[in-house]
Amino acid sequence: MLTLTSPVEIWAHRLPAGAKLGLLCAFTILLFALKTPAALLIAAAATAALIASGGPTFAKVSLTMLRPLWPFVLIVGLWHLWIGEPTQGVSIVIRMITAVAAANFVTMTTRLTDMITVLETLTKPLARLGLSPRALALAVALTIRFIPVTLSRMQVIRESWRARSPRRPGWRILLPATLAALDDAEAVAEALRARGGAG
Amino acid sequence: MEKNLTHIALFAALIAVLGLVPKIDLISGVPITAQSMGVMLCGTVLGAKRGALAVLLFVALVALGLPLLAGGRGGLGVFASPTVGFVVGFPFAAFTAGLIVERWRAPITAAALAGAIIGGIVVLYAFGITGMALVLGKTLPEATALATPFLPGDLIKAVLAALITRSIAQMRPGALLSRA
Repeated sequence: MLTLTSPVEIWAHRLPAGAKLGLLCAFTILLFALKTPAALLIAAAATAALIASGGPTFAKVSLTMLRPLWPFVLIVGLWHLWIGEPTQGVSIVIRMITAVAAANFVTMTTRLTDMITVLETLTKPLARLGLSPRALALAVALTIRFIPVTLSRMQVIRESWRARSPRRPGWRILLPATLAALDDAEAVAEALRARGGAG
Repeated sequence: MEKNLTHIALFAALIAVLGLVPKIDLISGVPITAQSMGVMLCGTVLGAKRGALAVLLFVALVALGLPLLAGGRGGLGVFASPTVGFVVGFPFAAFTAGLIVERWRAPITAAALAGAIIGGIVVLYAFGITGMALVLGKTLPEATALATPFLPGDLIKAVLAALITRSIAQMRPGALLSRA
């Protein structure tokens, strides 16, 4: 299973995950408090420097991860040109890109196992409400394991559709896929019970 | 206990796969991912509580850094981007859809359609539009205009979610936990 953690190891990989998440929260709140384009530009430059410190390969991946934002840049840009407030539009775009880039930086420099440890720590108080940490860990592991299983199941359903029909498989393959997920859930529950349960 | 856990985990995986499978042509020529339909199905099939937990698990995995959102997006950046409201609203959408199917004892197709539309569109858009308004610095009506182009596609998904829920009720009545 691929994660978004960068395979290029940089200095930030060695920082504790909790500290990085705390700093990210503070930085994001600061970004939304900054109003002038100049202040936002400084924050953007600092984030760019952070990303550049990871080397060219790391920086390139960071840029690719910002690609889904371009329609919003376009819309906000055109909108603010139209209403005649380009400075405000520039502020909004810089803030948005910087916030996303900084968050991606933390994701790219933190391993999935470290993130899961943070999740377990954060959800510890919920144990009193009946959410056992073991059940959560098991659910996370099951989901990650069953994503490729469900994906290949979907592929099989698609192929068997193609074998019988000249038309393309449409939404109709979603019913067998949902039924398969329900059946898998029953089977895995049986298997867990047979091995002593999830509690 | 085990059954609840595995249903939650398996449906979280199903939502992820519906976003990864490229271009299911819902109606010919309109390639949209079925991810938000997966969210509706979690509610209408699993019920309010289990459905919301399945979607919450999926959202947590996205936050942890798995690229599971449609188009391979994921990580903490999602929660700073203009679409944050939709991701945050996913569990609430599933909860509402499930609650309607559980409480409204109408024929399953009607209840599931109402659940999918009110949960998966009304509630989800309320969160999504608020998020876009905050991140893009727009007023709520302006942000609503940005979301409107997606409405026809989502209405189709709501109808399909209702049809799939009905088929499950016919083929595997015991498996429809929202009505169990």
